[in-house]
Amino acid sequence: MRRETLINTILTLGLLAVPLVAWAMDETYAITLATEVVILALAGVGLNLALGLGGLVSLGHAMFFGIGGYAAGILASHAQSYDPIMEWPFLIEGTQSMPVIWLLAIVASALVALATGALSLRTSGVYFIMITLAFGQMFYYFTISWPAYGGEDGLSIYVRDRFPGLNTLDPIQFFGLCFVLLMVCLFIVARLSRSGFGLALNAARQNETRVRAVGIEPYRLRLMAFVISGAITGLAGALYADLNRFVSPVMFSWHTSGEIMVFVILGGVARLFGPVAGAALFIILEEALDGVSDYWHIYLGALLLIVVLFARGGLIGLLAGRNGGGGHD
Amino acid sequence: MNLVLLIEQLLNGLQFGVMLFLMAAGLTLIFGVMGLINLAHGSLYMIGAFAAAAVASATGSFTLALMASLAAAALAGVIVEMVVIRRLYDRDHLDQVLATFALILIFSEGTRWVFGSFPIYLDVPAALSGGVNLPFGIRYPAYRLAIIGIGLVVAFGLFLLITRTRIGMRIRAGESDREMIGALGVNIAVLYTAIFALGAALAGFAGALVGAIQSVEVGMGEPVLILAFVTIVIGGIGSIRGAFVGALLVGLTDTMGRVLLPILFRAFMEPSAATAVGAALASMSIYILMAAILLFKPTGLYGSA
Repeated sequence: MRRETLINTILTLGLLAVPLVAWAMDETYAITLATEVVILALAGVGLNLALGLGGLVSLGHAMFFGIGGYAAGILASHAQSYDPIMEWPFLIEGTQSMPVIWLLAIVASALVALATGALSLRTSGVYFIMITLAFGQMFYYFTISWPAYGGEDGLSIYVRDRFPGLNTLDPIQFFGLCFVLLMVCLFIVARLSRSGFGLALNAARQNETRVRAVGIEPYRLRLMAFVISGAITGLAGALYADLNRFVSPVMFSWHTSGEIMVFVILGGVARLFGPVAGAALFIILEEALDGVSDYWHIYLGALLLIVVLFARGGLIGLLAGRNGGGGHD
Repeated sequence: MNLVLLIEQLLNGLQFGVMLFLMAAGLTLIFGVMGLINLAHGSLYMIGAFAAAAVASATGSFTLALMASLAAAALAGVIVEMVVIRRLYDRDHLDQVLATFALILIFSEGTRWVFGSFPIYLDVPAALSGGVNLPFGIRYPAYRLAIIGIGLVVAFGLFLLITRTRIGMRIRAGESDREMIGALGVNIAVLYTAIFALGAALAGFAGALVGAIQSVEVGMGEPVLILAFVTIVIGGIGSIRGAFVGALLVGLTDTMGRVLLPILFRAFMEPSAATAVGAALASMSIYILMAAILLFKPTGLYGSA
C-alpha cells in the first residue's frame, strides 16, 4: 500500500470514528463539528479539481458555495411559507426535500460556472484570479442589496430539510448523509482524474502548447473542469445551509473563497484527500486556538504563511513524501 | 433629477476614482515590476488609516496624521517586503495569493488586538470642514474637493517620478527586463523594497484621507482592495496610465450607477421595486463593466498581451 493511500484510509476512518464515538458518548457538538469538516472538505474537493488538476486559481468559489446555500434557503423558505416561487406559466413550489434541493443547487451552480467560466477562461494568470474574485463579489453585493430574500440579514431555515427514510434532525444521521456524499464525490473526482479527460486536463496545466499540438483544445477541458468543480462546491453550499439552518451573504464573501482555498493548500494541492485533511486541520485549529485567544486568526495566518513558504506539499505532502501525488510544481 | 445633483454626484465619483487610483497605482506598480499579486495591499490602507487616527487623537494635527499614515504604511511595507514578500517573487501566483491572504489575517487580527473591534473616527481638519461655493450655485464639501486636488497632484507627481527621474527610469527598466537591470549593476533587492514601500505609502495615504469621511475600522481595506483589483484589470495590469483611467471609470460608474439606475427604473416600475432593482444592479455595475471590457480586450485597456 502506498503511504498516501494509507494516510487517506486513516483519515477516512478517523473522520468516521470521531462522530461515532461522540454519538456513543452523546456529545452532539463533536458530531456537528465532524459534519462541518465533511461539508467544508466537500467544498474543497470541488475547488481542488479546478485548482490542483486544472491549475485554475479561482478566488471566486464562494460564488458556487453561496448559490448552493441560497438554493437550499430559497426553496425551503418558500416551502415554509406555502408561497409558490412562481405560479405562471406553470406552478413551481418550494420544497424541503433534500434530493430536489441538491439537484437544483448542482444545476444552478453548474450553469453559473458555465457562464462565468466561459468569460474568465478567456484570460489566464493574474487576470483569471482577479476576474473570478470579481464575479464572486458581484454575487456578494447582489445578495446584500436584493431585499426579497433577507438581504444583508440572510435567510433562516427553521426546520432542517428532509431526506426520504432518514431523520435529518438527528445529528449522526445528517452526518452520515454528508459523509456518503463526500465519499461519492471523492470517488467521482478520483475516476475523473484518471480518465482521459483528467489526464488531458493535467497535461494542459503542465504544458499547454504540447496539448494543443496533439489536437486537444485546453479551453474546453478547463471549462468542463470549472463547471464540475463549481457544481461540487455548490452541493457543499446546500449542505452547509442545512447544517447551520441559515444562509447569509457571508457565504458569498471572498473570505469564504480564501478559506476554501486554505483547506486545499493546508491539506496539499492536487492530493485527492488534501481538502479533507485541510478542512479537518482547520476546524481542529479553530476549536483549539479559539479557547487560547480571541484572535486565533493570527495563528492561522502564521501557520498558512509557514506552509506556503516552507512546506509546500501541505499536510499530506509532509506525511506521504513529495513524490506521492499528482504533484504541484 | 436636476443638474446640481448630477454635478455633485460627478464630483463624488471623481473623488472616489482618485482615491482608487492611489490604491491601484501601488498594486499595478508592484505587479508590473515584481510580478507579484498582493492581496495585503488593503491592509496597508487600513494601517495608514489607523496610524492617522491614532496620531490625530494624540496631537490634534491633521497634517501630522497624514505624515504618520505615510510613514507607518511605508514602514509596514518595508518590513513585510523584507520578511515575506521577497520570498514570493519567484513563486507562482497561487503561492502569492495564499501568502498575502495569510498576511491579511495577521494584519486584521493584529489591528483588532491593538485597537479593538469598534470603529474609531478621524475628524476632517477644521480648515476644510465647511463647504465651497462652485459655479451654478453648487455647494460642495471642501474636504472632498481637497481630496480630488491632492489625488490629482499625487497622480501627476507619480507620473513625473516615473518618466523624469532616475528611480523612475529604473522602475521602467524593471518592468521591461528584470534580469537585465540586475546585470547592469542596479541593486534589485533595494529597488524592489523601495517600490513596495512606495506602493504601501500611497495605499496608507489613501486610507488616511478616506478615513476622515468614513469610519476607521478593521476590514476597511478589503472592499477598496477588490475595487482596486477591478480597476487594474480594466486598465491593464502593470500600466499606471491604465490604473488612472480605470480608477476614474470605476469611480464614476459606481457612483453614477447608484444614483441614476433607480431613477431609470422608476420610469417603468413602481418606486419601491425600482429602488430595489436599481440598487442591486448598481452594486453589480462595475463588475459588468469589467466583464464587458475583458470580453473585447482580455488584457485590459492599456495592457500588453
